Amino acid sequence: MAGKSCLIVEDSRVVRKVARTIMTGFQYECREAENGQLAVEECEKAMPDVVLLDWNMPVMNGLDFLHKLRSMPGGDAPKVIFCTTENEMSRIQEGMGAGADEYIMKPFDGDIIRSKLEMLGLIEEGG
Amino acid sequence: MKEEDFDLLAHLVKQRSGLVLTRDKAYLLESRLIPVARKFDLKDLDDLARAVRDKRDEKLATAITEAMTTNETFFFRDQKPFDQFRKIILPHMLKARAARKSLRVWSAAASTGQEAYSLAMILAEEAAKLQGWKVDIIGTDLSAEVIEKAKEGFYNQFEVQRGLPVTMLMKYFRQEGEKWQISEKIRSMVQYRAMNLLADWGGIGPFDVVFCRNVLIYFDPPTKSRMLERIAGLMPPDGVLFLGGAEAVLGLTSRFKNMEGEKGIYIPASCPADAWKATAAA
Repeated sequence: MAGKSCLIVEDSRVVRKVARTIMTGFQYECREAENGQLAVEECEKAMPDVVLLDWNMPVMNGLDFLHKLRSMPGGDAPKVIFCTTENEMSRIQEGMGAGADEYIMKPFDGDIIRSKLEMLGLIEEGG
Repeated sequence: MKEEDFDLLAHLVKQRSGLVLTRDKAYLLESRLIPVARKFDLKDLDDLARAVRDKRDEKLATAITEAMTTNETFFFRDQKPFDQFRKIILPHMLKARAARKSLRVWSAAASTGQEAYSLAMILAEEAAKLQGWKVDIIGTDLSAEVIEKAKEGFYNQFEVQRGLPVTMLMKYFRQEGEKWQISEKIRSMVQYRAMNLLADWGGIGPFDVVFCRNVLIYFDPPTKSRMLERIAGLMPPDGVLFLGGAEAVLGLTSRFKNMEGEKGIYIPASCPADAWKATAAA
């Protein structure tokens, strides 16, 4: 069985590292992109199974990336989880309305990510 | 902590709540009781133990018991029991109670309300099928303090993320500053009351569905048996009991048996063998 892949889109190197450690723990192979534009390029190479997506980033933000991704061939497939300090209800609605599958308000921990992956059926319960 | 102090506090908690604290739980006792000591202006746990021994302060004893019995909880904890409730139990009850149009559910260790509200959200999602029904969800907990928190229904950002899909957050919560409050509609579906499971249950039943998860693990076997028999006494033959993943009825009571093929669900031993076959297979 092919390994599961994750694209971490996040401008903070520290947060990318934390996210990578958590996702690697769930047997995901991780790629990283520090803004939306680089993330588009990664998706053109190969669509990941999951995208952990920050909102506020230089060059191209998470929301613009999401619109772009969903219009790409095969861009419907990846499960996109926003992972952002934006915690206003109106932002959550905007992000979900743009085609995200789940939404995490920072700060996050391994339990929250595990819980969201379970909800999306990406990992087994308690896995 | 001194051994005699541990034994003293463990005895107090056992007497009042049934919770059995073994010596390996000393760290838990210490971490939870330091804030209690502070609240009562006691210097440390030695002082706390001394106060318990000398003063017999009722408020202090209650605070210690509540601190030790507050358990971790979150929305849709473990997910599976809630899926089973939605896919197996609810369709059966909709048919079996079609004439009576009533359903009574008990969250027996409700803590800060997440379990009872999760059930309420599931029922709200099925509102179309429950038109004209009288649905009662009762949440009870030993601690009056957590019951108050449950009634208010305010949760922090961590609490609304673990287990709760964001679509549910959008639909059933309202943001207020740093907190999230569950909607009036969902709150009004649940009645909470403080109640000690070891004491009188004050005519609380009957119940079609009982969630009593991760409660029995804290009791000794005779207490577990008694608890299960009392729950059985509140149920019709097609009632259901949900226990936690590490709990079972085997060797404790003959009043319940496992629902065939469904881990964690228990039904009265008197339940006809085929009562659940049709819905479980559907």
